[in-house]
Order: sequence, then structure tokens, then C-alpha cells
Amino acid sequence: MRVTKSFALASAGLLLATSLAFAQSTEIRVGAPLEPPALDPTAGAAEAIDVVVYQNVFEGLTRIDQTGAVQPGLASEWTVSDDGLTYRFTLHDGVTFHDGTAFDAEDVKFTFERILAEDSVNAQKALYEAISAVTVVDPLTVEITLSRPDGLFLFNIGRGDAVIVAPESAANNATDPIGTGPFAFVQWDRGSRVILEQYGPYWGEKPALTKATYVFIGDTATMTNALLAGDVDGTYNFAAEALPVFDGNPQFKVLVGSTEGETILSTNNAKSPFDKLEVRQAMAHAINRQEIIDGATYGYGVPIGSHFAPHHPYYIDLTNTYPYDLDKARELLATAGYPDGFSATLKLPPVNYARVSGQIIASEFAKVGIKLELINMEWAQWLEDVFANKDFDLTIISHVEPFDIGIYANPDYYFGYNSPEVQALNETLNATTDEAKRKELAQEMQTIIAKDAVNGFLFELAQTGVWNAKLEGMWQNAPVEGVVLRDVHWVE
Amino acid sequence: MTLYILRRILGFLVTLLIAAAVIFLLLDLLPGDPARFILGINATPEAVAALRLQMGLDDPAIVRFSNWLFGMLRGDFGLSQTQKLPVAGLIADRMAVTLPLTIVAMIISVAIGLPLGILAARHRGKLVDTALMILAQTGVAIPNFWFGMLLTLLFAVTLRWLPPGGFTPWNEDAWASLRGLVLPSLALALPQAAILARVMRTALVDVSTQDFIRTARAKGMTFGEALWRHGVRNALLPVLTILGLQFAFLIAGTIIVENVFYLPGLGRLIFTAISERDLVLVRSATIILVLVVSFTMLVVDLAYGLVDPRIRERRA
Repeated sequence: MRVTKSFALASAGLLLATSLAFAQSTEIRVGAPLEPPALDPTAGAAEAIDVVVYQNVFEGLTRIDQTGAVQPGLASEWTVSDDGLTYRFTLHDGVTFHDGTAFDAEDVKFTFERILAEDSVNAQKALYEAISAVTVVDPLTVEITLSRPDGLFLFNIGRGDAVIVAPESAANNATDPIGTGPFAFVQWDRGSRVILEQYGPYWGEKPALTKATYVFIGDTATMTNALLAGDVDGTYNFAAEALPVFDGNPQFKVLVGSTEGETILSTNNAKSPFDKLEVRQAMAHAINRQEIIDGATYGYGVPIGSHFAPHHPYYIDLTNTYPYDLDKARELLATAGYPDGFSATLKLPPVNYARVSGQIIASEFAKVGIKLELINMEWAQWLEDVFANKDFDLTIISHVEPFDIGIYANPDYYFGYNSPEVQALNETLNATTDEAKRKELAQEMQTIIAKDAVNGFLFELAQTGVWNAKLEGMWQNAPVEGVVLRDVHWVE
Repeated sequence: MTLYILRRILGFLVTLLIAAAVIFLLLDLLPGDPARFILGINATPEAVAALRLQMGLDDPAIVRFSNWLFGMLRGDFGLSQTQKLPVAGLIADRMAVTLPLTIVAMIISVAIGLPLGILAARHRGKLVDTALMILAQTGVAIPNFWFGMLLTLLFAVTLRWLPPGGFTPWNEDAWASLRGLVLPSLALALPQAAILARVMRTALVDVSTQDFIRTARAKGMTFGEALWRHGVRNALLPVLTILGLQFAFLIAGTIIVENVFYLPGLGRLIFTAISERDLVLVRSATIILVLVVSFTMLVVDLAYGLVDPRIRERRA
């Protein structure tokens, strides 16, 4: 299926001239391991969607920068009322969508009402449920009222799930995305590539690139060849096992950064024997984190002791809460009534880090008598069995949402952790906007979760990008999902 | 004759109907919720419910089955649940890659396989024969994806003569499209050519001991002439059968090579659709494959008649 837009034709002549003058200097081909199922970031959770469109095609009122900080986006500035309930945004003037229609406060109102509607299919609807009203003050001013204070509100509206869409085009964004970003969608050859081109009338600073092509290459060995042959100029997150090919090769650079992915040995806290604290503590003592990191991430993962990203300012190091100690683990198992250990299943989704970690953990647990049966699953099956039906003992998964410690305050969440203490703390945290106080609350939550050994806390996934050595401006870290092209440029 | 054709067509339709029922049933039993897959782990139950409704997942199975069946009768293969596009168009786009790839691979394998098979049979028991059959044995044993990677390393990474993969749409730059198909079709063709050479040789060796060859030799033809004029045509039946099977295999089974060369072919479309639980796309694509394969078998049957007048006459 190909969708070609008229401006693509209009700019084709110009592009040809440019590419002849400075060979390849304003175009990029990005290798992506997964093809997005659709291109509407407000109607799907797939990271692959944001990789292509976030901050490239679509923009939100705010935007997240590569350190994870909130920056002005379509809103040039904002004020917050003293009670933290009313946000007044001033919008940029002269912004147009790629179909030529003007952007104004009505589009903002439309966007948020669409997210919150009864029939909304937004994958992160819960993040925006504090919004009680969106009021258009004038075409360039919009006021958003919350029902309760929300310390993450400005961050959340900068995510891909809350990018501003237009009523004229929103329904077709899955196949023909129309946003306000520096790049306009040109063409999608299914199964093969998506082409974006610089949007001439873009309101902000023009990006250096005039054209970006995302090429979908699922296989690691194939991606390696495509990089070596120069068919793609880089990829944002490459399988760690293939990185040695590029390390030390002067034609490439390897960018190692952080992600928001806490990889955990998720434990069904509602099920026996995992409802016993001693059993969970014993498992925590039996985990040799470094061995797992070396085996499953080739040493690139960062150890974690609770459910929190190590690069976040609120992080505290809790990796020594239950140090690797097999005797202690056996002792705790005996106290819990399992002197000879027990048998359990470990369901593994189809990602390399989970499959390898699973094998290592199974051999580690065997040393204290816990016999694990490994069950490999497809994603769709995992989502249904483990996540929706909670039919599991243990699983390994990376939780990639930024600042997602709040999942521990939901007793209905799949790992079944029910702690009134954490629930109360989370409620206070959500309603607190004072930074120092928020930090204190977040650290208290991290500590309780670590002490309760809710899940096995393994490592923070690393982002390992491989790029042509002459490319600059790529994000090293991944505070949100996306491959943001606004600063990417070639240097000679 | 008319009765024969009618019976064939009826059989063909019954096959399709049974295939449709089996495909639908199997896919329906597959664990996994497509709506949950799209919205991921942070979606609210309401959002998942809204999407299920929008995707028509909550209708009873019999309603969905008959909707699908009657839709296909009208030529409507349905709308892909994740890509929100007509399935017929998606499949047609992939066929624009898979079909040329298959045809080029078939041509290469015939062009290499048959002459080598004939050459080996011609020199049966001699060094040429042994050497060729060792080569063919190796060709059969080499996995096509591995061979594909070697081709990429040599021609794309080291020599940079050809692209390492990817596909340029035909209407954009047909030359580039064709260049993109060279390495994958070579990777697909080599093992097939090896099989063809072995089948051709065996068939020809069988034929060469028959009376008519002896008669031809008695009339003064050399062994080679007799084989060429009378033997090859008689040996073609098993080769045709293998060609039919190979065509069906290549249309549906090129997924691994598609992955190695990141080609947007039919195999990858179906594979992705299965993992995303895009059931409408999977079942329509599968039934189309059933159709293509059954049709190929029909063509092979008819080709038997062309090659062998005895079969033609028996039928008439």
C-alpha cells in the first residue's frame, strides 16, 4: 500500500538537486527491527509506532528531551494554578498540520476529548484520567483542569500517546498520519519501509535532514550486513550480542545509553508459595544479578534493586537489600516450609533478554532446590495468559514505561501485590507537585517494594545504538519511546 | 470430458470449503487477544473492550465465519485488523514481490538443474556424473538462508555490487527492484536446482534402459542423441511434479529468505499477522495460498497431458 502526497512530488526536484550536490548529506536510512502495525501513536502501544512518528511527524503540547526533561512543544509556555489543578497553555502561532489545516486550541480540546471518550482506544488512557475539562480560552490559549493534582501531568502530555491530532485527519492517522512535526509522512511500503520528508512550512527550527527512511529489518545478522554494506546508516537499539562487530570499527559508533525498561522476574504474589515473604526473599538471595546481566545483555544492563530507573534523580541504590547468598536462601525456604524447595513454571515472552535470563535463573534457582519449568510463549499468548488472566507463577519482562512505580499500588495488576502502605504512598505521591517531597515519597516506595521482594529485580535494559560515525545528534538515552530526528545531521 | 472438468471443479470447491473451515477453527482456538496485543500492558479494560467492539471480535464464531465466507464470495477478503487496510490489497502488494521472486528462482533452478541432470545421465557412472551428483548433494544439504547470507557477505558487503536486501517498488525504479531480487532468487534457486538435477538424472537413467532407447540406438543414433531426442521428454513427468511442488513451496515458504533479505513478501506478511493476531489477514492470506497451491496442482495435471499424449487420450 502506498500513499504518496503531493508535496512529495513538489519537493522531489529540490531533493534530487540537493542529493547530487552533497551526496547523502541530508538523508538518512534508519534500520528498525520491528515494523509498526499502524502509525497512530494515540491508538496503539507498539514502540515501533513511536520510533517512526514521535516528535518527527507528531508533536504534543510539551516534548520530552533526551535527558527525560519536559520542554515546550506546541505550547510555548504555561502557568499552573496554586492548587496544581489548572494549567493554562499558550500555543505557538502559525502552526499548520501537514495537510495544510491550521493548528489551534480547538485541536488540543479535540485531542484530549478523543483520548478520554467512552470509545477511546488510547493505550495509556489511564494516564490522562485526571483531566476533568479542556477549555478553549482563545485560539492560542487553552486551559486544562484536573480533578486532582498530578505531578507527572506535563511529562505525560509530552508522550506519544497525547500528541495533538486534528479532527479533519485523526480517523486516518493509522495509515496516513497527519501531524504538526518537522517531518511529514510521505509513503509506507508495507513490510519494507516508511519514508518521511522535511515539512517545508514547519513552525519551529528546521531539521538538518530533508528525508528519512525507516527500513524494517527483523533479523540481527541481516541488520549487521545492512549496516556493513551501508544500506542503512544506523539503528537505535541493536542486539547486544552483535555489537562486537562494530566496536572499534572507525566507520561506526556505538551509543550506549539508558532506557526506562526495568527488567524483572515478575512473581505472582497472589499465588502460593509466592504469597510468602520468605519465599520471595529466598528467591532474591538466590539471584546472581551480575551473571544474568553478563549472560542476557552482554554486560550492558545496569543492576537494579527495586522498580526504578538508575538514571532518574529519585533513584536509590537498593541492589544490596538481599545480596546473593545461597545459604541464606535455603534457610529462608526452610523457614517458609520448603526445606527441599518446590517446583514452578517460568513463562517467557519471545525476547532474547527474557529467554536467556530465564535459563540462567533456572540454573541459579536449582541450586537452592527451586525447580523451574521454562515455557516459551508468543507475545499475544503471554499477554492473554500471564498479563490478562494472571495464569502464571513467574515470568520475565521489561516494564518500559517511564516512572511506572505506580503499578505496585494496583492490587489488580498481574503480579498481584497488595500493600495498603504502598497504595497510600502512591496516592500522596500523585497528588504532590513539590519536587523534594516527591523524591522522598518515591524513595520510600522503592524501599518498601525492595524489602517486600515483590518481584526479582534484575537490571535496567540498556539502549545500544549503532550509527555511521559521521552522524551526530542521535539520542543516546531513551527516556521515552522514539527515534527523534530533529537534531540528527551529517558531519564531514 | 465435461463431466470430468465439472467433477474437478466441484472437488476444488469442496477442498477450499474444508480448508476455510479448518483455517478458521484453528485460528479461533489460538490463545491471545488481538485488541490486548495492540494496546499493550498499560491499557485500561474499557479501552480494550472498546477496541474489541470496533474490531468485531465479540460476534459469535458462526457469524464471523459466515461473514468471512460470504465476503470472499463477493471478492471481499475483509479489512486487516491491525493495519486497517483491505486484505486483498495487502496481499496483492506482497505478491508483487513474492511472485517475481518465485518465477526468477524457478527459471534459474530450471536453467541450472535440468542441463546438469541431463549431463550427469548422459555420462552415467563416469567422473562427470559422480562430480555433479556430489555437487547436487551438497546443494540439497545447504540451507538457503545460510547460502543467502554468504551471498550477501560477498556481493553486498565486500564487493558492493548488489544491495544487501530491501525492495524498491516496481513503479519507482524497476531496475533497482530487479537488482534487489538477484541475490534472494539465487539463494532460493540453488537448493531447488540441486533437487531438480537429481530428479532429472534419475528419471533419465530409468528411461535410458527402456526398449525405445535401444531401438533408437539400433537405428544408428548415438546414446546422447537418443537420450536427447526420445529420453528427455519421457523423463519429464517426475520433473514436472517436482516443479509444481517447488512452485507451491516457493510461493508460501520463502519467509526465511525474505527475512535474510528484508523483502516485503507474502511469508513475512503472514508471519507478522500471526504474531499480532490479525486473524482476518491470516485466514484470508492462508486461503489465498490454498487457492494458489490447488491451482498449481491443476496446472501440473494439465501439463502432464501436454507432455504425454497417452494421458491426454485417456482423459478424452
